[in-house]
Amino acid sequence: MSTAAATHDDHHDHHHAPTGLKRWLFSTNHKDIGTLYLWFSFAMFLVGGFMAMVIRAELLEPGMQFVDPEFFNQMTTVHGLVMVFGAVMPATVGLANWMIPLMIGAPDMALPRMNNWSFWILPFAFGILIFAVLMSAFGAGNPSAPNFGWTFYAPLSTKYGPASTDLFILSVHMMGISSIMGAINVVVTVFNMRAPGMTLMKMPLFVWTWLITAFLLIAVIPVLAGAVTMMLTDRHFGTSFFDAAGGGDPVLFQHVFWFFGHPEVYIMILPSFGIVSAIIPAFARKPLFGYASMVYATASIALLSFVVWAHHMFTVGMPLAGTLFFMYMTMLISVPTGVKVFNWVATMWRGSMTFELPMKWAIAFVILFTCGGLSGLMLAMTPIDFQYHDTYFVVAHFHYVLVTGAIFSIFAAAYYWLPKWSGVMPSKLLGELHFWNSLISANLLFFPMHFVGLAGMPRRYADYALQFADYNFWISIGGFWFGLSQVIFLVVAVRCAMKKGEPAPAKPWEGAEGLEWEVPSPAPFHTFDTPPVIK
Amino acid sequence: MATDKYYVPESSPWPLTASIGLCMTAVGGAHFIQQSTMADMEPSFSGKPLFFLGLAWLLVVIALWWRDTIKESVTGLHSNQLGGSYRQGMLWFIFSEVMFFAAFFGAMFYTRWLIIPWLGGEGTGAMTHELLWPEFQPMWPLTETPGGTTTTPMGAWGLPAINTAILLVSSITLTIAHHALLEGKRGTLILFQAATVALGVIFLGLQALEYVHAYDMGLTLDAGIYGSLFFLLTGFHGAHVTIGTIFLLVTLIRVIKGHFSEDNCFAWEAGAWYWHFVDVVWLFLFVTVYWL
Repeated sequence: MSTAAATHDDHHDHHHAPTGLKRWLFSTNHKDIGTLYLWFSFAMFLVGGFMAMVIRAELLEPGMQFVDPEFFNQMTTVHGLVMVFGAVMPATVGLANWMIPLMIGAPDMALPRMNNWSFWILPFAFGILIFAVLMSAFGAGNPSAPNFGWTFYAPLSTKYGPASTDLFILSVHMMGISSIMGAINVVVTVFNMRAPGMTLMKMPLFVWTWLITAFLLIAVIPVLAGAVTMMLTDRHFGTSFFDAAGGGDPVLFQHVFWFFGHPEVYIMILPSFGIVSAIIPAFARKPLFGYASMVYATASIALLSFVVWAHHMFTVGMPLAGTLFFMYMTMLISVPTGVKVFNWVATMWRGSMTFELPMKWAIAFVILFTCGGLSGLMLAMTPIDFQYHDTYFVVAHFHYVLVTGAIFSIFAAAYYWLPKWSGVMPSKLLGELHFWNSLISANLLFFPMHFVGLAGMPRRYADYALQFADYNFWISIGGFWFGLSQVIFLVVAVRCAMKKGEPAPAKPWEGAEGLEWEVPSPAPFHTFDTPPVIK
Repeated sequence: MATDKYYVPESSPWPLTASIGLCMTAVGGAHFIQQSTMADMEPSFSGKPLFFLGLAWLLVVIALWWRDTIKESVTGLHSNQLGGSYRQGMLWFIFSEVMFFAAFFGAMFYTRWLIIPWLGGEGTGAMTHELLWPEFQPMWPLTETPGGTTTTPMGAWGLPAINTAILLVSSITLTIAHHALLEGKRGTLILFQAATVALGVIFLGLQALEYVHAYDMGLTLDAGIYGSLFFLLTGFHGAHVTIGTIFLLVTLIRVIKGHFSEDNCFAWEAGAWYWHFVDVVWLFLFVTVYWL
């Protein structure tokens, strides 16, 4: 027995990286799996972005030009699903895979094979979903892709859902299995794999925010699974969960969905907080202001996220006490979020600031995410929400927090850690072009949505009244501009993957702190086989 | 036997092949359900055959995957730290299962406390009641739906009470087996674990009998929200008892093969934790679905 173990250990110590296709398909390496996640999420970002451009092409002018309203609904639905579950979430999981073991001094993720399973489920799950769209766009007959909005409210998705709804349900189950396994892996890695001396309150904030994100995932993804299961049985087995004639209630669907959906919002943004909390101190050359308060603020946001869900449903009809409870709880979230924003600003205060690419994205994040946060505060107030509900004001709000929030921070992370991942510095020229084009176009795209929303333009319609025409024209121009700007990032990333560019030193950023900068760039296939000792 | 080095497997074909199996099961499952419940759907290969092929594929891959893991365990590649990862992973998995059941329990309390009174005209439901279903009487269990479907509730003190007793006893037998494992008493361990598995099988048999009985007296899946909640809550519980029973059966075989010792028994304990979790869910079910 011991001989077998010894032979295996020797073999393991050779550290030869597997090569070819097998390296990627059968991987158990957190860096390779992280890379797979990141490329997959970027591909999904382009697919979802293409759908957004179909939407914006139709809305460029009033009247119907390119697609019929039915296909327009499929585009808004699948755009939302692909961006939430296919772009933002896998991108942050990819960052977690790459960075958490490096940041805490672990040899790999705690459960390396399960890690690979979490990834490989995703291409199949999204393959099913996108196949439904392709069938609808080019297929025989008229098979509709999911067309009920990314929130798939009953009865649109139950009684009136197209046949592809069942494939959608199963694909959501698959994404859920992937997310839960991924999240369990993160929690276990953080709790069980830290190097000696890496106490919880010494962990980089990115690790903290991901730990709390993973907790949220394990808590709410099963609830989403419950919701789609009830949908499936309502559709095919005669149950009455969302049917009032049988004693159920369509509003029950909204409660179950948003009990998942609101924590989901924080699942997408908490890792961003961690990224920005790593980058701002590095380029302000000062330690993060209020580290402990950042940790407590993250935990408070996560706990509050379980008791605010019905603010998505103020107009659906609720007892007054419920409405007030959810309004006050929602407004309370602005307190820990404000703590974070003030801490970032205080970190920059009197710092020796330089504005390299990651810092540019991070500062844009702080300002624009705060914009989205403030419109969120407006939406939190019930009487005001009655006016804004389901208008473009809501669309503006969540795109500010998700695009200029989550996605900008993911780009910040990519520019910050690409030298570590690839061993070369990302092109400065292309990076600047990518940043400025994205910054200006995203604001051209999303800012006027506030105005048309306040003026009463509803979301999810393929046409609009004439008075919205000018704003919509510019919104669409911003949309195409933003979409095309992302091609620049594709070039940046491919150049890095091909090792074209200035070689990166182990620590390319003067003020950067953390264990990840103590290993060479690119990071070797295996790192921290022997745990480092933390002072 | 334990090593200090954290074991990271070189590479493994199972995650990718398991994903292929899962994909076949999902696509096949969706089409299978459509083809067997919708009149205009013709049976095809992408339905029932694909579903069962995918399921079989998935089971084979999982078996091969766990065979690898067991091999690593018995050849001493697992350090104590890795054991910690497995233990923590299992506990978080059980937590996720708790949240899955929470969705259905939440739906039940929302139905009982809010939907039914509102449909009966309370609160803001006055006009719904007046205009849509003026005859509707709010009650729980809901024996007559607003649409007029009638059903009979399942009483608590027949088979369900017997099943409660069976699961409580199985919890005790399993705990005795656990102590026997830690004290190295193999005979007691095998005896009491086998008894636990038997009790699980008896529970499932009685549950099936109860379903037959329910359908005979008109309590069906499509008999309104009471039937929906009753069958999904008890059905998912039953599915978990099935998994738990298979889990305990596999660890029983591994006990007989001599895979476990008092300091290397993660898989055994994971099965036991899972069983206790399933028991606790049943107690909540018994009190809230059958009794109150």
